[in-house]
Amino acid sequence: MATYTLISSNVLSSSAASVTFSSIPATYTDLVVRYAARSSGGSQTDFLQLRINGLSTTIYSDTVLYANGGGGSILSTRGSNVAQLYAPRFGVNGNGTTSNTFSSGEIYIPSYTASQNKPVSAISFTEDVANGTEAYQSVGAGLIRETGAITSIGLTLITGPNFVSGSSFYLYGISNA
Amino acid sequence: MPATYEKIATTTLGSAATSMSFSSIGATYTDLRIVWVGSFAAAGGSRLSITFNSDTGSNYSYTRLSGNGTAAASARNTNQPDVIMGVSDIPQNVIHLNEIDVFSYAGSTYKSLLIGQSSDNNGSGFVFRQVGLWRSTSAITSIQLKSYDATNINAGATATLYGILKA
Repeated sequence: MATYTLISSNVLSSSAASVTFSSIPATYTDLVVRYAARSSGGSQTDFLQLRINGLSTTIYSDTVLYANGGGGSILSTRGSNVAQLYAPRFGVNGNGTTSNTFSSGEIYIPSYTASQNKPVSAISFTEDVANGTEAYQSVGAGLIRETGAITSIGLTLITGPNFVSGSSFYLYGISNA
Repeated sequence: MPATYEKIATTTLGSAATSMSFSSIGATYTDLRIVWVGSFAAAGGSRLSITFNSDTGSNYSYTRLSGNGTAAASARNTNQPDVIMGVSDIPQNVIHLNEIDVFSYAGSTYKSLLIGQSSDNNGSGFVFRQVGLWRSTSAITSIQLKSYDATNINAGATATLYGILKA
């Protein structure tokens, strides 16, 4: 088996409110989601949220370190006991940003089949040079307090309602077998 | 030719121990990547440290950027005997993730590291990025991962060493 394998991809040919990777096999050791996305809503920056296995109970938490270019400040924020991996500063370009600008990010979930809580590492980039006011770079630590294997991953937007056409999402499996 | 991203070795602790290691690392690849998932057994928690080729001389330095959910911070350590990951001890039994990239590990220049730590704990914890330097011109042939205070890492901790090839 290859070490780093594409499990599934979804490049939107029309707008969609959510993207779900389902029936994720237990074949791999770690999962990686990579995306380039833009929201139909939000005057400037919208934000991504993630749920596993369709669970919307308060099993998610995160700690984020981010900078938005404003005043040179680097900031940190946190969400605890929330119903999605909110990652408050995982920005997605909104409808008010320059056309054709998409935000990129990566979400790493190790040991996704292990019978333990699931730590998550994530990084995202949002840049709108023409606008000059909307830019985020964030790194995040997440925790999903769920001991069952991850079999599906759902991605939605805080505001949305939709990811626009052309948004792309890729799910990779990493194997240490 | 080996694959671009390939597992070199993986180790899982069958019982609690203070360290995990990789040895006999060949010069086959360009860069190395380590993914470590685990927790610590001590009541006060602990943190992971890394050394190369069993060198514990004062040849390591690192600069970190961290966030604790309220504020961001940066700090630096120089002339250290190892690279310690994180800002403060991770509480007992909290599963967390360390990702460690080691660049040009087989070259004859000093070795640079990029470390990410994700240790959210639902209302506490850190997100952390750290750059490190090992001032050695030797190729890396072994890697030692330890709790910095010699307390136990819980059974079940997993470390995987990947090789990344540019050629």
